[in-house]
Formats: sequence, C-alpha cells, structure tokens
Amino acid sequence: MTQISLTVNGQPRTLDIDPDTPLLWAIRETIGLTGTKFGCGVAECGACTVHVNGKAERSCVMPVSSVEGASITTIEGLASGGTLSPVQQAWLDLQVPQCGYCQSGMIMAVSALLAEKPHATDAEIDQHITNICRCGTFARIRRAIHTLTASGEGGA
Amino acid sequence: MGKWTRRAFIGAGALAGGGLVLGVAGATFAPSRHSVRPDDADATGQLNTWILVTPDNIVTVIVPHCEMGQGAQTALAMMAAEEMDADWSLVRIKEAPALDEYANAYILHAYFGAPRALERGYEYGMYRLARLAGLQITGGSLSVRTTGQYGMRVGGAAAREMIVAAAAKQFGVKASECTVANSRVTHASGKSATFGELAKAAVRESVPSHPALKDPDKYTLRRTAQPRRDLRSKVDGSAIYGIDFTTPGMLHAAVDIAPVFGGKLVSVDTAAADKMPGVKRIVKLEEAVAVVADTYWQARKALAALEPQFDDAGHGAVTSATIFDAFDKALGAAPDMPAGATVVKADYRVPFLAHATMEPMACTVKVTGDRAEVWAGTQDPLNSRSTAAKALDISAGQVQYTNLALGGGFGRKLPGYHDFVAMTARIAKEVSPAPVKMIWSRETDMQHGFYRPAAMARFAGALDASGTPVAASYFYAGGGDGESTFMPYAIKEKTAKGRDAKHHVRTGPWRSVLNSQHGFFKEAFIDEMAHAAKKDPFQFRRDLMTDQPRFKAVLEKVAAMSNWGSPLPPGEGRGIAITECFGSIVGEVAHVAISPEGALQVKTMYAAVDCGDVVNTDTATAQVEGGIMFGLAAAWLGEITIAEGKVVQSNFHDFRTLILSHAPAVQVQFIRSNAHLGGLGEPAVPPVAAAVTNAIFAASGVRVRALPIKNASLKMTT
Repeated sequence: MTQISLTVNGQPRTLDIDPDTPLLWAIRETIGLTGTKFGCGVAECGACTVHVNGKAERSCVMPVSSVEGASITTIEGLASGGTLSPVQQAWLDLQVPQCGYCQSGMIMAVSALLAEKPHATDAEIDQHITNICRCGTFARIRRAIHTLTASGEGGA
Repeated sequence: MGKWTRRAFIGAGALAGGGLVLGVAGATFAPSRHSVRPDDADATGQLNTWILVTPDNIVTVIVPHCEMGQGAQTALAMMAAEEMDADWSLVRIKEAPALDEYANAYILHAYFGAPRALERGYEYGMYRLARLAGLQITGGSLSVRTTGQYGMRVGGAAAREMIVAAAAKQFGVKASECTVANSRVTHASGKSATFGELAKAAVRESVPSHPALKDPDKYTLRRTAQPRRDLRSKVDGSAIYGIDFTTPGMLHAAVDIAPVFGGKLVSVDTAAADKMPGVKRIVKLEEAVAVVADTYWQARKALAALEPQFDDAGHGAVTSATIFDAFDKALGAAPDMPAGATVVKADYRVPFLAHATMEPMACTVKVTGDRAEVWAGTQDPLNSRSTAAKALDISAGQVQYTNLALGGGFGRKLPGYHDFVAMTARIAKEVSPAPVKMIWSRETDMQHGFYRPAAMARFAGALDASGTPVAASYFYAGGGDGESTFMPYAIKEKTAKGRDAKHHVRTGPWRSVLNSQHGFFKEAFIDEMAHAAKKDPFQFRRDLMTDQPRFKAVLEKVAAMSNWGSPLPPGEGRGIAITECFGSIVGEVAHVAISPEGALQVKTMYAAVDCGDVVNTDTATAQVEGGIMFGLAAAWLGEITIAEGKVVQSNFHDFRTLILSHAPAVQVQFIRSNAHLGGLGEPAVPPVAAAVTNAIFAASGVRVRALPIKNASLKMTT
C-alpha cells in the first residue's frame, strides 16, 4: 500500500492504495464514485473515461500511481451545483441514453473534445469519439454533438 | 375487494394515510412463445400493475418491468395516466420489488408505512393479486403490449371510475355528468376536487370489472414525445447499476471459469495467491475458481497468479468449422423444385454472437444463516431470486432480491440465464456472513455467454417462364420456428424445415431471438430471386404481398422514405428488407457506399414501422434507432468463433462492434394501423443484415451470404 495524493472533482484526496490499482477502481471503490464505469479493462470501450488535467483518459489502464498530484474530473464533477454541463444538458434534451451505462464515458469524451475544439468537425468527432455503445445511441449522440458544435458552447 | 375482468383480476384497497391502491394482475395467457424458454411452463403470467393515488395528489405507477434502456417504464406509466386523465407532471414511476405473495405488504411497507393500518378486505384482494402476478420478465418486447395494454390501461380506467364515483357522491351529482382532466374531477356546477382529495373516498367505491377504456381518438398524452423519467440519473452518473452496488463490509470476487462449456476445475495451486495482499479466500467451484479479496483489483491480481487446470468435457476438438460442417451435413440436398422452372439456389450462414452488454455480469450476495440478500440488474427479478435460492438450497422466500439498473440486457439477463447470480451466491456462501460482489472481467463475460445461435440455411426457389416465383423453400440448422420463418409473399410452394445439428456451445435469446438469423436468410434470398427474375427488388416483393396489406403499406412507406429507384452515384446502392417480429412489421432500406478498395460505408438506414400504435413517440423512435445499430453491429462486425471447444474472442478488440464513425444516419417513421400493439425493443433488428447485404449487391455486385460482412471482400468484381 502506498499513499497517493490527487484532486478529484476539486477535492484533494489522499488514498492508501496498491499503487498499480487502475485509476478506475480507485475512483469507483476507494473514493466511491460509481458514475465512472468498467466496460473492458483494456481501454477499448471508453466507459471509464475521465478527465486527467482536463484531458480525456481511459482510466481502466492508468495506474493510480501515474496520476499522483493530478486533477481528476469524473462525471459526478461535471455539473456545477445542480446545473448540468452543456454536454449533459444536450444529452438530456435529445434523450440520448438508453441503458445509460456507456454514457458517462461518452459525455466525458465529448466534453474534453469540445473544450479543445468547440466547433469540432464531423471528421474530428469521428476521430476522437471512439467509445462503444451497445444500445446503439449513435444517431442521437451525433445530433447532440452537432447542437453543441453549432453553438460552440459544449466546452463551457 | 376485487373482480375478474376477462383477462385479469382487479383489486383495490386503502393505503395507510388515506390513499387508494389499485392493482391488476393476470396469469393465464402466454403473450409470446419467445418471451420465455419453452420448457418454462409456468412462466406465462405477466400482468402486475399497481396504481396508487395519495392525498398529496400524486399518482404513483408501480411497473413490473425493469428499465434496461427501452424507456418502457415511462411508456407504461403514460398508458395508465392517459386512462386516468391524470396530470403527467403529477405522476411518479416506481419499479416493483421482486416479491410475489408478499408483494402487497412489502410495497405498502416500503412506500407508505406498515400494512397494519389497512382496511379489512384489502388484504385478501391484494394477496390473490400478488399470487397471480407470476414472473416479472422484461423481454420479448412485451412490456407495453401486454402489461401496458391489459394492466396499465385497465388499471388506470378502473381507478378513474372509482375516483369519479366518489366525486359524484361528494358533489351530489351523477357520475356521467363529471369530467376529468389533469388529475381533477369537475362538474358543470363548478364543483371540483383533485384525485388526491378524492382518493380516500374512492376506496369505498366498488371496483369496476370492465372499466371503459378511452377511445384512442381522445388521447392527449399517448402518441406524444415525453422525456424518460430515469434519464437525468444517466447523464449525471448517479444511476446505480448492478455493478455499482456497495454495502458495508463488502468483499470483491473475481473468477476464472472453465473455458470449454461444460468443463470442470481439475486442480489449482492456491499457495502463492493466498498470500497476496487483500486476499480473503480462494473458493473452488465445480466449474470455476474465485478469489475473494478486499478490493476488486486485489482479487483480479491474485486470480492472475493462479494457474487453474480445467478439463474440456470432451469438446476440445470442436471448432466453428466442425459446427458448420455438421450443419451442412444435416441440411443435405436443397429442397426439390418443380421441373421446368428456373431454379435459384443459395446457402447462408450466420455466426454465434455475444450480447456483450456494456455492463459485464455482476452481482452482490450476502448470506446470513439460512437467509440471503441479492442485488443485481436482471431482466427477471423473481427468477433471479429463485436462482439464488436454488444455488443456496433455500426457499425463494428466504431470499430478498433487489433489482438495480441494467447496463444492457439484450436477452442475456432473461430467466434461465442467471448463471452469474447463482455463482455469486455459491461464492458468498463460503464467506458468509460477509457480502461479496462478483464482477466478471470482459474476457470472462465474452467467453461465457449464451450466444445467439450460429445457423445455416439452404434455399431453393423457382421462377416460372414469366419470372413469377412459384417456390421458395429452405432447410435450416441452428433453430427456427413458425414466426421466424414466415414469409409474407404469395408463393405457391414455401416451406421451411429445421434440421437437427447439436453442439455444446451455450446459446440463448439474443435481441429478436430467432428473427435476426431468419430475417437475413429469407430477405437475402427473396432479393436473389428478384434479381434472377430481373425485377426491381422492391417491386418484386410488393407484387407478392397480395394478401398482406400491412406488409405492403410498410414496404411502400420505406421505399418512399428512401427515394427508392432514384439514381445513385457509382459505388452506391440501396437494399430493402422487411420482417415481422413480436407483432411489429418493420421495413428497412439501407443506403451504402463502397469505395474502390472495398471499404463499406452505411450512409443512411430508413425504417418504416407498423407496431399498431405508438405510446411514447420519442422512446419508440429511439428503440428503432438502437435496434438498427445493434443489428448493423452484428451484421457487419459481430462474430464469436469456436476453437478447441472455446470461444476465441476475448474483448472488444476482437469482438468488434459499432463506434460513432461507423454509424449511419437513421430515419424512422411509424404507421398507425391500429392493429394489436407490437413490440419495439427488438423488431428493428431482423431486417438490417439483409437490407445492408442487398444494398452491397446493388452497389458492387458482391453477394454476401455469410455474416459478418467484414469477412467478405467487397472489391468490385467487374
């Protein structure tokens, strides 16, 4: 066990944890935030996507020791107060989720992309949003992203 | 305090605190042969509806179906609210707990306090009701068409009649003179009262046995797009799925299961793993070994240090090739065709497919003495409960089961397929009284599914001198039935016969069950017949729908939506297919483009749907969109193969599925035929494969007869 310090959703945390534990399990079990999901364990599906210092990362393959001192944002940290982020709100407005399991990761990936490229093109969207959804919500995901790229407010 | 309608039993009683509770249950009809395993004789009861009206003027609808993404809970509550003329903003939805004969007391205790405050008479009615409730399956696209139609509508209408009767008494007027809107009963005299104000008095009214259902022309809530009530929790991370559950003192389990189906654990040396950090116990099961540790990662690490030896149950030589060879042999010669006709022959094959729900199998069990508590997300809570009870050798009544959100179902979590619940129970028994959560790795999940059966079909068809088909028949191996093999075409000779070819691979219901494979077979072959007859594939089908007006209307609609027949650039093509599945007819057109290098792009999918009528237009559309993507993922990329008796694929890198860049635009339109309500969760899946492969043929001249499409070379043959 090792002490690892990091910031999660703005709160400083010190974890007493096996250093090779993937960040995903540190978030879900040690910290107790279960909105970040386990889907594959090999960075293929994106269900575990969180922001590490503002960048979208697949937390299931990232040892917690590698994020010492980093600022982590999870799906629970995206809304401010009771107000959903623009991406979350677009997801709700377009009724994107079906089972919803992949959507935390999907929303985190899209949020990071639009923070960097508020008017991302379809080619950029296709290149960056490679998360898997088995319910098949892709048509609405693209529509929701388009409403955000049109307004340029997705990165807010 | 209850009455039988033709199909169900309605009971009503008082809630602690002065509210009305009304329940509808029925158990005596089988809504679909696909909803349950055929050998599950008692799995016919479906209806179990509860409507509560409380003094705070809230209507609470308790639905017996889980929410796995289809929006059925919202749609069901809309059906009840429509009949009641309730204010939709004052309607709440709750999922029923997994209890049968004690459901009455439990619901009231859980939501409204102890049942001792109940009026006499209530208990008996509710007891009978609950006894009749049967299973709580969410599958077979059943929720809306059975529970909704016979439970929610009848229950809502009955509650409305009782409330109106109470209002009439209070106002001193005739019930027929009262009108209802927005949870309020009003009389022309100006008197009015809310449902909440009338709830207590309504309990004393007699329960109508045949409440009048609303004329569909007067619907104000149904046929509109209403947001799903559960979605906020699915964008802010707060929804709790089976895998998310935690309870104090909970341990975590990781498992390694015999890779060959039917295999057993032969030996495992646990010495090293036993000493690893956090490891609490290594549990040997007949077919698996589990590590129980403080954290899941510790369990995974210790599991990786084990080198368990499993036997192969004698199936070690089985491969996909041997299975298809057996199919081929079983099929024998193609069906005989009449002499003198132009004969068309073709074989088709489809692979095994995993459900690959995004949430891998996960379950938590706490065993305390002769009782157990179980938490998971499944498509049938009552069956999960009895599965856990059986594994622990106790009665179902000794198990308390809580159903949580499902991260996808697609059939994997239907009754009979709760192996992960039984496994967790067996592990928990060994570490009792500590609760233990077992999570399957994706690799375990991928390799221990109940797969969509691999299947093969051998067709022969005949055209007369004018190009009119006179025969289209086939033999199939891998499963089929009357519904899945039905062709809506007026062809003189059309038979479909199943041939037996057994194998050891576990199979089970997969979104649309037998229809995904047969939809492909039939609609690919009819397309080949059309081309052999040198006719347009849409026109060819349409001409044969002489006694199928619903099919014809759907086909014409989807053709119009897709601008069927209008010119396309070289390398692009359209394909059409139509199937009926669980009472809904879906026609689809795929518009594809194929690059000179043979790369496929599915540009747009068009779907026309006749499911009778639509309850929530938005969730209905979402189900069709999702069904198309699910079907496309399978047709294009999905494949589970077998080698050495085991599943070859292990994760999403080799069991590929759709991502955004593959996803076509989707256009969906509904036809209101007012036929009996059909399902929506599954019926959009079956036409996809044929629509796309027919489009590929139109674009490139390549006829893909074996799925997935990714294995075929689509390079232009000319």
